[in-house]
Amino acid sequence: MTHRTRAVAWAALGLLALAGTLLPRWLVFLLALALAKGLAVLSVAVLMGAGLVSFGQGLFFAAAAYAAGFAMRGWALREALLLLPLGAGVAVVLGAVVGLLVARYRDIFFAMLTLALSMVLYGVLIKAYAVTGGSDGIRIPAPTVLGLQLSGDDARLLVYYLALASTAACAWAVSRYGASGFGYLAQAVRDNEVRVAYLGASPNRTVYATYLLSAALCGLGGVLTALNVGHVDPGLSYWTTSGELVFVAVLGGTGSVLGPLAGAVVYELIRSYAFKYAPYAWQMMLGAAMLLIILFIPGGLWSPVQRLWRRQAA
Amino acid sequence: MSTLLVIGVDGLVFASWLFLVSVGLSLIYGVLRILNVAHGSLFAVGAYAGASLVVAYTQGGLWPPGTFLMLLAAALASGLLLGPAMERGVLWWTYGREPVLQLLVTFSVFLILEDATKLVWGVSPYYAYQPYQLLGQVRVGGVDYPAYSFLLLAVAAASGGGLWWLIRRTRFGRVVVAVIHDPEMSVALGVNLSRVYVATFALGAVLAALGGAFTAPMISVVPGIGVEVIVLAFAVVVVGGLGSLEGAAVGALLIGLVRAAAVHLLPVLELFTIYLVMAAVLLVRPMGLFGRVEARRI
Repeated sequence: MTHRTRAVAWAALGLLALAGTLLPRWLVFLLALALAKGLAVLSVAVLMGAGLVSFGQGLFFAAAAYAAGFAMRGWALREALLLLPLGAGVAVVLGAVVGLLVARYRDIFFAMLTLALSMVLYGVLIKAYAVTGGSDGIRIPAPTVLGLQLSGDDARLLVYYLALASTAACAWAVSRYGASGFGYLAQAVRDNEVRVAYLGASPNRTVYATYLLSAALCGLGGVLTALNVGHVDPGLSYWTTSGELVFVAVLGGTGSVLGPLAGAVVYELIRSYAFKYAPYAWQMMLGAAMLLIILFIPGGLWSPVQRLWRRQAA
Repeated sequence: MSTLLVIGVDGLVFASWLFLVSVGLSLIYGVLRILNVAHGSLFAVGAYAGASLVVAYTQGGLWPPGTFLMLLAAALASGLLLGPAMERGVLWWTYGREPVLQLLVTFSVFLILEDATKLVWGVSPYYAYQPYQLLGQVRVGGVDYPAYSFLLLAVAAASGGGLWWLIRRTRFGRVVVAVIHDPEMSVALGVNLSRVYVATFALGAVLAALGGAFTAPMISVVPGIGVEVIVLAFAVVVVGGLGSLEGAAVGALLIGLVRAAAVHLLPVLELFTIYLVMAAVLLVRPMGLFGRVEARRI
């Protein structure tokens, strides 16, 4: 992490912390949702760092959200600081099983297999009506944080700060990961897998581990989303949800940690307005924007800024 | 015995539908090496075009069997219009770039087409049941089937056979096979690569639209029908081996029969049969049943 990125990250954190008290409540709620989704987007970006596009992150997103929902309803467990690791744990266990199959595949196969598996979960959630409430989903009560229980708008504010803290912690962790030997190995797998194998490292094992990391991140995002919205439904696992995550990752750029998070905030803001004013042309605008970005700014919206910084530093 | 017959007939009908919606995907992948996520949208456009043409035709009070021609015309028109437009307008820019990027590009086209169909045809459902009703029922082994199911079988067989003839017996087909095996060498030998690409993509798009148009009379055509199709089509094509036409046929048959068996014997599994078959096949043969193992470049 360059010194400048670190400065931007701290500034963003400070601004977002202030935003919780200054901004109107609906906007804070939106930001909380954006941060939660930002974690899921980050999980897509981590995979992209290893050259893999997953169209099935909804699998972990939904599994963790439902795990939190079941724990709250079944065991009356309302402590968010327990629910978060629980959701991430469920996602990692699921990823450990699913990863055995998908870690052998790359490119299109990886994308479509992950997609198919998330659709399996979608099918299960829809069909197992007695347990999951079918397409209605289940309602989730407000969580407590460290035993602190608030109600109404204050509860939402609490969830916002929880989301902010988790996102900041994860952003830090992912940036450490990117600078670690393991992160570089994942990058090497993206660049040339056969050479990695010749150098004595196992590409499949690297992909598997990266997949687990992304599962954990996405699971955290899923739990936070569930706590934010107060409701989970099978749509979380639908493949268009995963596609949206991929879209935001491409929008923000996958080369950095801040890109996907910033992308998530921008996306969520634009979406809330576009939904209101152009409900039937909204996806079309998304698609057109993604086309333009892929064809003309392949590094994402954050990349021109990075390039400018690099030029100044040189 | 009768259950077995029912499973066989149901499976065959479902398999022919699966083949129709997936063979175009496999063809396009085989030649262009692009997995077209927008395949499902082309299916949806075909369904909408077919349904609205049938509705307009029936309101005109014309010769009823003409509705079948309308379905065919709708498929041809939407495929020949959208296919080349998409290939020339969008995909052409991405040749030679990473496959994942091309996947994202077709995903963007999917998003665009999804809303475009809503803008063109609105969000209320279309019903084009006339061709379905026209054919009535057929009795096979003591069970009544809609005769339309067998028409679907015939359409699938005709498109499969036609495609086989085109690829194996015509000059165009030989060129296509050459391009599949070695694009660079074919260009060196004077093949006009971009023309082959446009033609193949148009053909694939027509097949997708054909699947949609002939599905329209069996369902109510609503927004979102294309979304499921791409997942199903991909599963079929992966089981058979991406890029292989025989593979698409065998994959469709396998999945169709297994699903029919599940419907009659183990209804709980119905929704998952496709994915179970896919996972099982991939565990044993990662490239699919008819797929070729590709050399990896260092």
